[in-house]
Amino acid sequence: MEKISQKGFFSFLYDCFRWNMQGGVPFQIFRLFLIAGMVFGLYAYSHQARHGLEVTGMSNIVSWGFYISNFTFLVGVAAAAVMLILPAYMFHDPDFHRVVLIGEGLAVGALVMCLSFITVDLGGPLQAWHLIPGIGLFNFPSSILAWDVIVLNGYLLLNALVPLYILYSHYMGRKADERKYRPFVFLSIFWAFSIHMVTAFLYQGLPARPFWNNPLMGPRFLASAFAAGPSLIILVLATIHSFTSFKIEKQVFHKLRLIIVVSAIINLIMLFSEIFKEFYFPTHHSISAMYLFFGLEGHNALVPWIWTSIGCNVVATLILAFNPGDNSPKVLLPACLVLFIAIWMEKGIGLIVPGLIPSPMGEIVDYLPTWVELGVTLGIFCLGITVVSWLIHPALIIEERYDQLTGSAKE
Amino acid sequence: MVSRKDKEGQVKKKNLLDSQTSRRSFLKGASIAAAAGSAALVTGCVPGAEAGSSEEFSLKWEEYFKKHYRLMTQEEKDETIARLVKLAKLQYDLDIQMSSRPPQEQVLYGYAFNITRCEGFMDCVKACVKENNQDRKSKTQYIRTFEMEPGQLDPSTGDGKYFHEVPVDNKFYMGVQCFQCENAPCIKACPTKATWREPDGIVVVDYDWCIGCRYCMAACPYWGRRFNWGKPEIPQEEINTKQHYLGNRIRPKGKVEKCTFCVQRTREGKLPACAEACPTGARVFGNLLDPDSEIRYVLKHKKVFRMKEELGTDPKFWYFID
Repeated sequence: MEKISQKGFFSFLYDCFRWNMQGGVPFQIFRLFLIAGMVFGLYAYSHQARHGLEVTGMSNIVSWGFYISNFTFLVGVAAAAVMLILPAYMFHDPDFHRVVLIGEGLAVGALVMCLSFITVDLGGPLQAWHLIPGIGLFNFPSSILAWDVIVLNGYLLLNALVPLYILYSHYMGRKADERKYRPFVFLSIFWAFSIHMVTAFLYQGLPARPFWNNPLMGPRFLASAFAAGPSLIILVLATIHSFTSFKIEKQVFHKLRLIIVVSAIINLIMLFSEIFKEFYFPTHHSISAMYLFFGLEGHNALVPWIWTSIGCNVVATLILAFNPGDNSPKVLLPACLVLFIAIWMEKGIGLIVPGLIPSPMGEIVDYLPTWVELGVTLGIFCLGITVVSWLIHPALIIEERYDQLTGSAKE
Repeated sequence: MVSRKDKEGQVKKKNLLDSQTSRRSFLKGASIAAAAGSAALVTGCVPGAEAGSSEEFSLKWEEYFKKHYRLMTQEEKDETIARLVKLAKLQYDLDIQMSSRPPQEQVLYGYAFNITRCEGFMDCVKACVKENNQDRKSKTQYIRTFEMEPGQLDPSTGDGKYFHEVPVDNKFYMGVQCFQCENAPCIKACPTKATWREPDGIVVVDYDWCIGCRYCMAACPYWGRRFNWGKPEIPQEEINTKQHYLGNRIRPKGKVEKCTFCVQRTREGKLPACAEACPTGARVFGNLLDPDSEIRYVLKHKKVFRMKEELGTDPKFWYFID
């Protein structure tokens, strides 16, 4: 203890780095795989940087594709950390308090992925400085994309700095001062909702695209994210529980399951409401939905995709709701995984691509991502997982040490 | 009404210009710092990587740090144009002329399209591609023509891919391009103000300021915008060397472009290439503020309509029937 309290911020950083370099052989192999994925992503991106976005499957009609789809979905994952933050910090739920740092680490990883997806989608990534207020020309408040830049970066800062402060305090062997970080926690809760709503408004605010121009978009974003995000959190917590010495209370999984069930059911109700509106009395505004669910003029690339997604979504929601395994991980974890993938399919490609088909001039084309898009996406996913593991690995070590410290102090 | 708009325009311009000095000094500092730090990175990815000579590299370097077009003084506009002209010489061995000619006073452009007369020859499309240096590889076209069945009036229900002898009996034709909306969703969407409406009504893009996010393309209800997915390719001998900074200059890779009513021609008092090329006289172009113009005659005496009027975009492009 003596030793720790003499240390400062730089040794904190150094120790975090050092701990990250340690770890068992399987952990290092896992890291190597991540690095390989990132290298492949970089290679694919270098291809795109050289030739331009023509190496992607996008076109003047489907002008946003796999990148923006993944971005949209991951905003939801990032915001879902609020489902741990809210009970942990606001209601002082002791179970959640122990795992909230993991949720925040996930949020940071998801945001890094979001920002990366936006960057790789830009035609002129080197001109991105034009967005920086002061040296660039920021179209605020008119452009919703400008709002999105603010809320995403703000949320990233909040989710990085609050845990940083708490972890640093614990590293130094003292209690984090709640008065200092509580205002920021409050802010981050509101901010989590805002990153959702703003990202939904990005699409919702376009009368040119009737498929998106739908007031349910924002609320559905929230519901689907609060189902998909906590599903991912359950999976990550289960992984940590089985592979590390950091043990997680069963209660956490039970509570998260309830959150997922409620959100997933609300999500399905809203999905049903949307489908009803589109197909009970189809207008020319329903044409994108027709393309998505049934195909148009022989173009039906997304039909199997969306039905697979909806099928998985319903099945997983039912399993989680009726809980046949009585919270057994053997049932819970696959159900969470299936639900997560189903929502990724629907809130990603299933949302973005049909919004652009047919074009406002009635032209229908299919969209398929190319190997470059898949490679870059793989690289970004590996980057995100790397960030999460680099954040959570030392965080857990610090927390365990702090637990021992406070435990022995009490004795 | 017009004078009020002009005043607004001037006030806006002033506001834009006010923030200029601080930006300028900051940029200078930033560019020096960046030059020191990121030269290696930039050689990796900026188009300057292919720079053949150090002169080319330094020109591209200065271009990279230049300002938004609307924040430039006339002097700065002249400088960047001089650089672009030099670069065209170095890269393509081309002698181009580039203009930054501002809008004329008391001019607001409008366009009217005669559905009765158009016979679908698509001479307008050809003229537009040539005039505006559009990418031949991806077959970029600002104008689309649709073959319509009687009883339709919405081009999105027509056939945009017809490939046969025209005109076909009992069909009619509609041309579609950027409608230069007064209340343009694309302008609202752009996160960097890289696209705006000029006082003469033309919606333009500063290609060098655009970051290529394509939000404007998603926002446009008329599919009026195109993206440079790759580097535009135009046969050397077909490049139109009479260019405008906001118009038909050769676009960089990864930027959005669109119809500008041929700003390089119309600001010189000429017709847009499409209107000039049309063999049937279906295309009417003119100054909406001039009561004696043909366009005003059409708007006054013909039955006119606009596409997707319900969106409130207020296009400056009308269709009419003789």
